[in-house]
Amino acid sequence: MKTAIIVFPGINRERDMATAIRTVSGRDPVMVWHTETEIPPVDLVILPGGYSYGDYLRPGAIAARSPVMRDVARKAADGVTVMGVCNGFQILTEAGLLPGVLMRNRSLRFVCRDVHLRVENSQTRFTRHYDAGQVIRIPVAHHDGNYFADAETLRRLEDTGGVLFRYCAPDGTVNDASNVNGSTANIAGVRNVAGNVAGMMPHPENLIDPLLGGTDGRALFESVLEAAA
Amino acid sequence: MRARIRITLKDGVLDPQGQAIEKSLHTLGFEEAGNVRQGKVIELDIAESDEDRARARLDEMCRRLLANTVIENYEIELTRT
Repeated sequence: MKTAIIVFPGINRERDMATAIRTVSGRDPVMVWHTETEIPPVDLVILPGGYSYGDYLRPGAIAARSPVMRDVARKAADGVTVMGVCNGFQILTEAGLLPGVLMRNRSLRFVCRDVHLRVENSQTRFTRHYDAGQVIRIPVAHHDGNYFADAETLRRLEDTGGVLFRYCAPDGTVNDASNVNGSTANIAGVRNVAGNVAGMMPHPENLIDPLLGGTDGRALFESVLEAAA
Repeated sequence: MRARIRITLKDGVLDPQGQAIEKSLHTLGFEEAGNVRQGKVIELDIAESDEDRARARLDEMCRRLLANTVIENYEIELTRT
């Protein structure tokens, strides 16, 4: 099982992500700089969080057009598992590898706190170690996490089990009060129709060790690393 | 030629920044202001003397980078310099 973490200028969660991969898989990931045109052969490609290019133009817009992204797209087309977290999610939508777009939070405020997520689909390579309907607690830290997609795209997402997680209350109720950023249908994470590319705003890599307050993010890495093995 | 590209949010896309601006205008007493939408303007020189070719290139720039057509519309204005 080999993992590549793509590093863009302005990214700041790549080390947290590397620690998570190392902790769960026992193997070091390869760090790949954004100017590379070829990613070494890997089973899993991760785009971590941060503020690539200072969120200039639109969050993820500039990074999505960097040289390395051509190979990310090629690997995605070949069925390699690709996962984006926070800014990585924004980059994947800007690159057209995931549907929709992440807009400014409804509150206009940066939000940094734990939120609850309901696992909507546990039959995916990203969520198989969770149960459907399970509620997990995971931190968010973003200014632009307000997921938007047009009606047709949303319908296709819902029809194909494309919604992985929704923001919810601690008891699992999906309502407006628990919608931390104004996302359409409380969507916190999605996958593509082919099932090998996913993105989410919350940070599972920050909850894999009890010392950091919980391990609810660990099952995501166990799922994705097992799938990529 | 000089290009001015105006990028605006599509109808129906929520614009929380526009709403915040509108509230602030109302606070200042501009009660008549409504339906505020925030966009952006990008200006650039284009080394191309043929207007049709310049427009085609600018259109491609908009589709591939300058606008996210999931949520944004764009308009291109060209002037000879």
